[in-house]
Formats: sequence, structure tokens, C-alpha cells
Amino acid sequence: MNKFNKRDGNTLVKIFIYIVCIFFAILSLWPFIIMVVNSTRSTFEIQQHAVSFIPSSFLMHNWKVFDGKSFNVGVGLKNSAIIAICSTVLTIYFSTLTAYALVAYQWKLRNAFFTFILCVMMIPAVVTSIGTYQFMYRIGLSNNLLALIIPSISAPAAVFFMRQFMVASFPLEILDSARVDGSPEFRTFNQIALPIMKPAMATQGIFSFVGTWNQLFLPSILLTRKELYTLPVMVSQLKGDIYKVEYGSVYLGLTLTVLPLFVIYFALSKYIIAGVALGSVKG
Amino acid sequence: MTAKVADKKRGFSYAKYGYLFVLPFVLCFLVFHLYPTLRTVLLAFTDCKGLGNTSMNFLKSDVFANFTKILSDDVFKLSLKNTAILWIVNFIPQIFFALLFTAWFTSKRNKIKGQGFFKVVFYMPNIITAATIAILFNALFAYPVGPVNSLLQEWGIIEKQYDFVAHPTSARLIISFIQFWMWYGYTMITLISGVLGINPEIFEAAEIDGANDWDVFFHITLPNLKSILTYTLITSLIGGLSMYDIPKMFNAGQPMNTTLTTSMYIYNKAFSGSYLYAQASAASMILFVLIGICSIFVFLSMRDQK
Repeated sequence: MNKFNKRDGNTLVKIFIYIVCIFFAILSLWPFIIMVVNSTRSTFEIQQHAVSFIPSSFLMHNWKVFDGKSFNVGVGLKNSAIIAICSTVLTIYFSTLTAYALVAYQWKLRNAFFTFILCVMMIPAVVTSIGTYQFMYRIGLSNNLLALIIPSISAPAAVFFMRQFMVASFPLEILDSARVDGSPEFRTFNQIALPIMKPAMATQGIFSFVGTWNQLFLPSILLTRKELYTLPVMVSQLKGDIYKVEYGSVYLGLTLTVLPLFVIYFALSKYIIAGVALGSVKG
Repeated sequence: MTAKVADKKRGFSYAKYGYLFVLPFVLCFLVFHLYPTLRTVLLAFTDCKGLGNTSMNFLKSDVFANFTKILSDDVFKLSLKNTAILWIVNFIPQIFFALLFTAWFTSKRNKIKGQGFFKVVFYMPNIITAATIAILFNALFAYPVGPVNSLLQEWGIIEKQYDFVAHPTSARLIISFIQFWMWYGYTMITLISGVLGINPEIFEAAEIDGANDWDVFFHITLPNLKSILTYTLITSLIGGLSMYDIPKMFNAGQPMNTTLTTSMYIYNKAFSGSYLYAQASAASMILFVLIGICSIFVFLSMRDQK
């Protein structure tokens, strides 16, 4: 009897949990569904009934309005992709290398260096943006994609993440056996340490990629020439009053800029979940 | 004895690789991060202004003129207040729901199905460009006709259309909500990974001792999550205090600067109007010091309560 009651209570709790989860899932998806559906509807339809789950037939009309503006999604996509991919590769490789130096070797300034990383991690880009802008301007890197790529070699937050992962689950004994085999230190890192770090690198890679892809502040001050605009900078132009009259094309523009992210996310979401799960398995 | 000597020798000879491997990081940091930071500090004591001007003429008569000017600016004070409100109103529900979902998803008793799906969906808003999301929400809350207004009227919650974007309280709430909505999934995934990292033997021992879910969560899970919670709190605090994209794209500080954040204030000073680089640098330094103080405070208070 007692057991039965307990199980009954559990079922109720479970139903409640599912209801909350489903509510939040809808909350996550709803704005995007509205966005996609409204991008196929005319401004008149949107003004009559703003909420509808039935696509209409004005996609091509909205596209023409949208395409008529000085707004080249292709260029934005290319610039964003170049910056995000290059930055992510640099960040992952050098962060793993730096974290490796912090975990695998005993050196005098090691703890001081780690504290230093924790401190500079706190500095948001906005706070130093004026100095960054003036420095890039002086060395001729303003209006150059490299201005946003090279600095990602030192990404304190990524080093912190990699170090936490390594301390928890990196088998240091492997390095000793590599040394016995006479493997040079740098090669040990590239051929033995890096493969072990793959799950952490995948997770950190997604975070870095998304972070750089989405950033608005630095690109908007460093890249002022139209042909160098990144996607978020272009999106920010959508806010202009010209587009306001054409709701359908605003929604279409938003949809187009989000589409690549959706594709990447649903292709890589497995890595996020798996990476998180793997990150906890003690080596 | 000989083993010890060999150990020492080995430790000594490998130390140089530690320095060697952090070298790229350090060099890049010095050039692209530290130098611009120092430059911003120095600029705060100059009269540098005007588009593209990079000259540094240090102030002679009143060295702290830029700082006193910024600190006596009511708009700056308002921007600090706005930033604090927008962050706190987002963070409390964010950490609450993240912890709640963490407790539910890691509970051994309620094996929640479809966790993979929920995690993917909850985290999804976080990967979407904040600028896009802010404009999307602006469109969703459009006045007089917009999706939210239509729904609320249909459900009988409001009688007349409400201009959410034009009222300070609702505009702030929406910005905080967007922030919450974008980040609770991320925080949840971080916390879940933290829980999964706790030694399972501790949970098993608790189960044998007959501890219920409630006890396990408050006496085992939470204490073991403390370092991850500290990390979450500090990163969220820093992100929140430098918030720019969402309020800027949602309604650019309107109405009446009530959603103007400190980062937007700095941007407006430095990169629009009369390009007051020096004053904006002073504002940056003040923001920087505030972020530092808050972070250290959080760090110390989380460390002390054992």
C-alpha cells in the first residue's frame, strides 16, 4: 500500500516535470516558428493576424523587397564564416596548448600565470574597445578581418575551460611513457595530448564559434566598410525604419541570418550533449 | 636517493616547456589585449576626441577631469542602474530554473525521457545571434498589431493593445527575459556537467543511507557544485555588466534612456556624435573597476562559506 502511494506520487511529480519541460521547449521554439512562418506572409496578413502557423505564399514577394535593399547576405555570411572559423581554430589549438603547459609541466610561475588568466578573463571586450580600436587603426588593421582573428590566439576563458577539463581527466602517466619512448615534447602534445582532448575541444569549439559568429560590438567598431560587414552588423541594419513598413521582409531577413546557425547547431548538437557527458567521465 | 635526484632533474629540465608552450598566448596577449587595455587607461587622462584621432595630449590642469565629468553625468548613473536591474532580473530566474532542471535531469528516481531533446531545445536560443533575437522580440512585441499583443488579446489577458516597447518597466522586463531565455539552457548544461562530474560513489552512499532527493540535492549536489556555480555567477555577472547587443538592438535605450546600458553609453560617447574617446575611456575604466570589485566580492563570498 505504502509502496503504491509512493509510486503514485512519483508519477504526479513526473507529469509535472514533463509539463514544465514541454512549456519551456515551446517557449524556446515559438519565436522562431513565428519568425519563419511570418517570413512567408505579406505585411497585410501579418497586420491582420500576427500569429499564424500556416505559411502563406508571399515568400518570393518578401524576398524581392528584401533583396531590393543594399543588403548582401552572401557577403555577410562569408565574412562571418571567415572570422568565426579562423578564430575558433586558433582559440582551440592555442588554448589547449596553454592549458597543457599549465597541467603537464611544473614551472615556477605556473600558479601565478593561472591566477593571471583568471583575472584577465574578467575583462570584457567593451571595456578596452577604445584602446583596441585606436591600436588597430594605428597599425592599419582597422577594416581588416585579421583584426578580429589574430587576438583569438589568447582566449583566457577557453584556457580556463581546457585546464579544468585536463585537471579532472587527463592521464598524465601517458606523458611519462611517451618520454620513455623518446617522443619530443611538442610531438607528444600534438599526437598524444590533442586526441585525448578532442571532446573538450569539440565543446569549446562550439562555444568559441558561436561566440565569434554572434559578436556585434567589436565588428561594428572595427569594420566600417560595407563589404566587410559581418552578419550581425548587417542584421543591425535591418532595424532601420525603411524595413519597418515591410514586416514580411524583416522576418525573412531575420530567418535568413539565423538559418546557417540552425543548420550548424542541429548538426553539432550531438557534440554538445556528448561533449558535456564525456567531460564528466573521469579518465 | 638516486630516484629523488633523477626526479628533481626531470622536473627541472621539463619546466622550460611550460614557459615555451604558453609563449604564443602571452605574446598575443601582450600585443592585442594588454597594450589596448593600457592605452584605454592612458586615454582616460587625455583630451583625445574626434573621429580617427589617436593623439595623446595629457591633461595638465585637472588630471581627473574626464572622470569627474562622467561621474557627474546623470545619464551615466542611470546607465549603471539600468545595467544592474537588467542583469539581476535575468539572473535570479536563470539560476533558479537552471538548478531546477539540473535537479530533475540528474535525479536517479525520476528518469526523465527525452532529456537529449530538451537540452538541445533549451540551449538553442543561446547560439542564435543576440542582435537577431533582439530585433525578433521587437517585432513580436510590435504595437499596435504584433504576435504577443494578438495572443494576449485572444486569451483575454489584456483588453487593449499595449505598447510594451515604449514603457520603461515592460521594456526592461522584456530585455531581462530575452537574457534569461538565451542563457538558462547554457547554465543548465554547465551545471549538469558539473553534477555528472561528482563522484557517483557519494550518491550511492547517500542512497544506501536512505537520503531523499531533497537531501541529496542540498547536501551533496549543491556543495559539490560550488566551484561551477561561482564560475557561472562570475561569468554571468561580467557578461551582464557589459551587456550591449540585446538592449541596443531591442530599442536602443528607449524610452528615455531607461534601457540604456553602460556599454551602450560608452559606445555612444566614443563611436558616435563628437567621438569623445577620452571621456569614453574614463567611463570604461569606471565600469572595469566596478566589474572587478563585484567579481572579487562574489569570489570571496563564495569561497568563505564552507
